[in-house]
Amino acid sequence: MMQIMEGSHAIAEAARLCRPEVVSAYPITPQTHIVERLADFVADGDLNAEYICVESELSALSVCLGSSAAGSRVYSATSSQGLMLMAEVVFNVAGMRQPIVMSIANRALGAPLSIWNDQQDSISLRDAGWFQVYGEDVQEMTDLHFIAYRAAEQHNVLLPGFVCFDGFILSHTYEPVDIPSQEEIDAYLPPYVPYNKLDAKAPLSMGMYATPDYYHEFRYELDEAMTRSADVISAAGKEFAEMFGRDYSGHIENYRMDDADVAFIAMGSLCGTVKDAIDEMRADGIKAGLVKIRTYRPFPAKEIAQALAGVPKVAVLEKNISLGSAMKGAVGPEVKDAVTGTGIDVYSYVVGLGGRDIRKKDIRAIAALAEKGVGNTFYGLRTEVL
Amino acid sequence: MVDKSLELFDCGHRACGGCGPAMLARLMLKGAGEDTIVVASTGCMEVFSTPYPETAWKVPWIHSLFENAAAVASGIEASLKHNNRTEKVICICGDGATFDIGMLCISGAFERGHDITYICYDNEAYMNTGIQRSGATPYDASTTTSPAGRLSTGNNRPKKDLPQILNAHGASYVATASVAYPMDVMKKVEKAVNTPGACYLQVHCPCSTGWGFDGSKTIEIGKQAIESGLWVNYEMENGELVRAKKVRRVPVDDYLKAQKRFRHLFKPQPNTEEIAKIQAIADANAEKYGIDIKLD
Repeated sequence: MMQIMEGSHAIAEAARLCRPEVVSAYPITPQTHIVERLADFVADGDLNAEYICVESELSALSVCLGSSAAGSRVYSATSSQGLMLMAEVVFNVAGMRQPIVMSIANRALGAPLSIWNDQQDSISLRDAGWFQVYGEDVQEMTDLHFIAYRAAEQHNVLLPGFVCFDGFILSHTYEPVDIPSQEEIDAYLPPYVPYNKLDAKAPLSMGMYATPDYYHEFRYELDEAMTRSADVISAAGKEFAEMFGRDYSGHIENYRMDDADVAFIAMGSLCGTVKDAIDEMRADGIKAGLVKIRTYRPFPAKEIAQALAGVPKVAVLEKNISLGSAMKGAVGPEVKDAVTGTGIDVYSYVVGLGGRDIRKKDIRAIAALAEKGVGNTFYGLRTEVL
Repeated sequence: MVDKSLELFDCGHRACGGCGPAMLARLMLKGAGEDTIVVASTGCMEVFSTPYPETAWKVPWIHSLFENAAAVASGIEASLKHNNRTEKVICICGDGATFDIGMLCISGAFERGHDITYICYDNEAYMNTGIQRSGATPYDASTTTSPAGRLSTGNNRPKKDLPQILNAHGASYVATASVAYPMDVMKKVEKAVNTPGACYLQVHCPCSTGWGFDGSKTIEIGKQAIESGLWVNYEMENGELVRAKKVRRVPVDDYLKAQKRFRHLFKPQPNTEEIAKIQAIADANAEKYGIDIKLD
């Protein structure tokens, strides 16, 4: 049913519809509205789940790990510093192949302290073994939760996943959003069937240590699962489209890319601004387009290469900084790698860190920089405060 | 009553000869029974019992990290509760994982009152990484990070009183035990797993490698700790001390002399000042827990 709803509340609805048996989270801005709403659901009997109020994010994800290992579908949500505090568990969950879905309200990392948005938090954990999908608007970030559970729990995947969305910009924005019914989600997302679980009737050991004779292969298997997850996420998106009419089967989305001279690459809410800027630029004769990355892990290199074929200049808009790297941003090098040997120029632009607005005129200015071959730099520095 | 003849911790593991924690693993499962899920922290026991693809555990067992066993157990318990399952959940963690790095998760789990039993195998230092000092290391013990030296008599702080800290969390059952008294260990484990809410059991587990004694002497050393008053076996129920093992106390000297970690206190000649401080710790324990057998 279409409703006007705050982004966080829409996500709480999505989490509720997925019927987690255990919810465990620790409050952190800007994730709090999600977990507050879930607590309301449990308090009112609208969600039959164990709601575990923990003393830290370290415990939040550890509780989820334990519940998942015991055979339950679980849910958590965090941001920024919270994700960093749970980082050790994040890697562990993936290594133990527990298909936990966690919402990430993207927020900058301190120091200095910032509660505002960029994508440094989830991007910093790109190598942790969780698939990562990014929503552009409230509807997409809501729907991605259903798809994430469906894909994560497939036995040929068994990987955890982040559903990422820009803190405040999406988490606190009211938009019209179609929330599926419980019957519809029950039909799309069947009860979780664990591959194995802690059970006194069938004892097994989980999380054993591996010597050099075995560790290498464990990591290989994890990477293979991540690679396989690409098709599974895509298929889950296709099935979702068939049921709900909203298609997330592609790992990327192209916007006015057909004859583009300059292509932007972006993730998350920024894509909306970029699309508007592109429309204006096209009206002025500048042939710009956008490749929106929805699935960041596994990285859709093949799809990106296809989308960029024949585009001379590519501007990657980075809401992150890979400190000390040549291109500055973390996404740019992977895009560049995807088009190696094609002669396409790929530049990264670090934009909007710590919640600074990115306006249409900034997008246009970055296109001009890319045309001139100027890139791999911070954009929009206030030089007067340096 | 559980069937105590069952061997649920199998032979063939890789612990040192005379390993106190290995004895505890066996006794713990005799006390808890088959219907048990074990959560381990990183440490000696995890490493000697589960080198992939082998395991010594005949009950479901999980290891996640060093510091989060109490939180993982909380999650398991929540899942069991949700599904009306009856397994008992036990954490088995070393003193480093318990006294130091795991305190955050333990405090959270006990405050929330999960129906779990947290057992610390207390061998009084980080043994898995090579005998480094922990918050459980006794006063004056020489470890690789609190070495005795020209300016040092070893660890310069007394052992943290963790049972009292967890008692203050409102734990319904808090007890100490020693592998030197196996029947007592089994009895206390059985009691803990059958007591609703979060329970804590701290078990003295002499470590021949870390403490420096022959592996055949584990039980003897454990008994000496009790008889000296440096370790007290007691039980607290709903916040109150209800039982403590009484002893005819002997001076601490023999217990100290039997272990290399205290050897520096006797060479080149006895350091009477430091030994007196350790004796004072034992005397305070005796007073606090009322363990001295007094003849009228």
